[in-house]
Amino acid sequence: MTDAASDPPAPGAREAAPPAGPAAATIAPAPALSASSDARLELAGSSQWRDVWRQFRTHRGALLGLFFLLFVTLFCIFGPWLWQVAPNALDVRNKDLRPVYSWLWNGDARASWSHPLGTDQLGRDLLAQLIAGGRVSLAVGWTAMLLAMLIGTLVGVLAGYFRRLDGLLMRFTDLVLALPILPLLLVVMLLFRDPLRAAFGPQTGIFILIVSVIGVTSWMQTARIVRGDVMALKEREFVLAARSIGTPARRMIPRHILPNVLSPIMVSATLGLASAIITESALSFLGLGFPSDFPTWGKLLFDATDRMADFPERVLWPGLAISLTVLSVNYIGDGLRDALDPRIRGR
Amino acid sequence: MADGAGLPPGEPVLSVRDLVMHFPIRRGLLRRRVGAVRAVDGVSFDILPGETLGLVGESGCGKSTVGRSVLRLYDITSGSIRLEGTEIGRMSQSRLRRLRPRMQMVFQDPMASLDPRMTVESIIREPLDEHTGLSAREKRERVAELMDAVGLNRRFAARYPHAFSGGQRQRIGIARALALNPRFVVCDEPIAALDVSIQAQVVNLLEDLQERFGLTYLFISHDLSMVRHIAGRVAVMYLGRIVESAPREALYADPLHPYTQALLSAVPEPDPALARSRRRIVLRGDVPSPANPPRGCNFSTRCPAVMPICREVDPLSQEVAPGRTVACHLHGPLAARTPNPVRETTRAPEAPSIPAGIPGDETPGQTPTRSVP
Repeated sequence: MTDAASDPPAPGAREAAPPAGPAAATIAPAPALSASSDARLELAGSSQWRDVWRQFRTHRGALLGLFFLLFVTLFCIFGPWLWQVAPNALDVRNKDLRPVYSWLWNGDARASWSHPLGTDQLGRDLLAQLIAGGRVSLAVGWTAMLLAMLIGTLVGVLAGYFRRLDGLLMRFTDLVLALPILPLLLVVMLLFRDPLRAAFGPQTGIFILIVSVIGVTSWMQTARIVRGDVMALKEREFVLAARSIGTPARRMIPRHILPNVLSPIMVSATLGLASAIITESALSFLGLGFPSDFPTWGKLLFDATDRMADFPERVLWPGLAISLTVLSVNYIGDGLRDALDPRIRGR
Repeated sequence: MADGAGLPPGEPVLSVRDLVMHFPIRRGLLRRRVGAVRAVDGVSFDILPGETLGLVGESGCGKSTVGRSVLRLYDITSGSIRLEGTEIGRMSQSRLRRLRPRMQMVFQDPMASLDPRMTVESIIREPLDEHTGLSAREKRERVAELMDAVGLNRRFAARYPHAFSGGQRQRIGIARALALNPRFVVCDEPIAALDVSIQAQVVNLLEDLQERFGLTYLFISHDLSMVRHIAGRVAVMYLGRIVESAPREALYADPLHPYTQALLSAVPEPDPALARSRRRIVLRGDVPSPANPPRGCNFSTRCPAVMPICREVDPLSQEVAPGRTVACHLHGPLAARTPNPVRETTRAPEAPSIPAGIPGDETPGQTPTRSVP
């Protein structure tokens, strides 16, 4: 900043100088503003998030989704304290119980208030299993989604912004995309299950394995979408303007690029969460996921498919939990995308 | 460091010599370079402190590329750019960053040149964030000052660009360009995307700011009457070249180059009596592709006063009067007919000056003239 110091008119003095030229009177009718305008300026930061929330509230689906997701999350976190039945406790005498609400249409159904949603063929309580399964499914879903978004956004932004990396990264993306996922999963599980179990214990080990496998195999769509958007953004004039100011790439990306590719990332994140929960279910179904005595929503669902006709509730509840969670996350993503876009927010 | 204030009088703020900006054309599976779009092909000019140089020409002639090249938003192919005595033509972007506060740009499209996700305050503050160590409070104060200077209400600082009209957005862009007290500002068609009623306001604002802050402008426009209003000197571009450069009055009173004459004859004349008597020069044909410019003079394909020599020899820029240069055979002395050997080899592959000893040799410089129709 040698210039500012040596320039004859210092920044303050420049603006203070009386406007010269005949045009000034007509075009710069800057009203004399009092201190109240400064207060407005300072409010800018905090009111922005209030605006986001105000816009988010207008999206009814998003609001409902948010409430449902909060409810499910709290239910899974605090459920074990409210319903103190161990999910893998075998109550063989009370096996194959129907849920209590089946009394409504069948007075002599086998049901008991000690197991309100019924039990499975080994006498495990369905409600307790749903709570325990939800914890795992949600944790796997969120972590795997975040991992996939992280990798996908990173690859997409780097490939889109730096032309030199583009070919390499996108051919790598094509390579991963072309891999047959299921055989790959089988091999990965076979190779890494035991070392990870030994290192982190059976549950944490398998959790890390599943999360990383799902994350590493589902980032490619995001990367492609983000790359395309970044390439389009890079040619926009505001990016050129930032370059003419001298903004380096490491600040250009978080300041101008990422906020403007937020929408596609948000959309693929909501889809990613759904597909992560479903992939985990498929893995558990193939016997590659969590151990058999470790419930997840997907596992409950697949365990129950054999006797679906006799015991529909065993499919219904985990299925409902998965679909409603996924649906609510989709709605939240939709609402958030609108709320974060200042162009839509004003309307 | 050389500063504008310390420059001897008469020393240009910006001095451009033989600026060349070619964009490669790549084709095929291996993206091989098969030619180049000669967007800017040997442009030279000087801009004195406090002066406004108007750069005019029809769309696609390379005006904007000149503007962006002198700020080094592109990596130029060759040539020299001296900003206040410092050569920046070959400087690395990281070293250039420290000089960025001295040169800024106002962009053409105010809808596209402001980040839609940033508030007005953060847009104007970005240059301050990048180049100054001011505190948050000082920055806010400076942003408010700048908004006053360009005639924007301070209370709009927390709003987003989409909430503003085109003219107001352009003011935001101007405030951003002025944030660092630049000495030199490139105005890249700052009024082209605006309503006619707003154009005058923005141009008056630019003039007013120039007077107050001692700015030097490179004013790029295709609007000849607007350039006449704001510019002290005018350079006319055609197909990557400056064909004529002259003080404003001289150029508008007595255009020398046939292209300038044609351009000026296209400006509507408000007086119907004068309009009836006026001779309108209508150019035939299209602008040749800058990827494959014609042999000889660039304008020879459309020139109403074309001579045989124009199709053979490229005219050099000649000073015909003090401060007045023209690149045309009509006005150059005979010396201008000696062709520049470098240009001959790159632009006319079939010219006899090429050694005939390498038949079928396709150097990258020659292929475009053959492969691109």
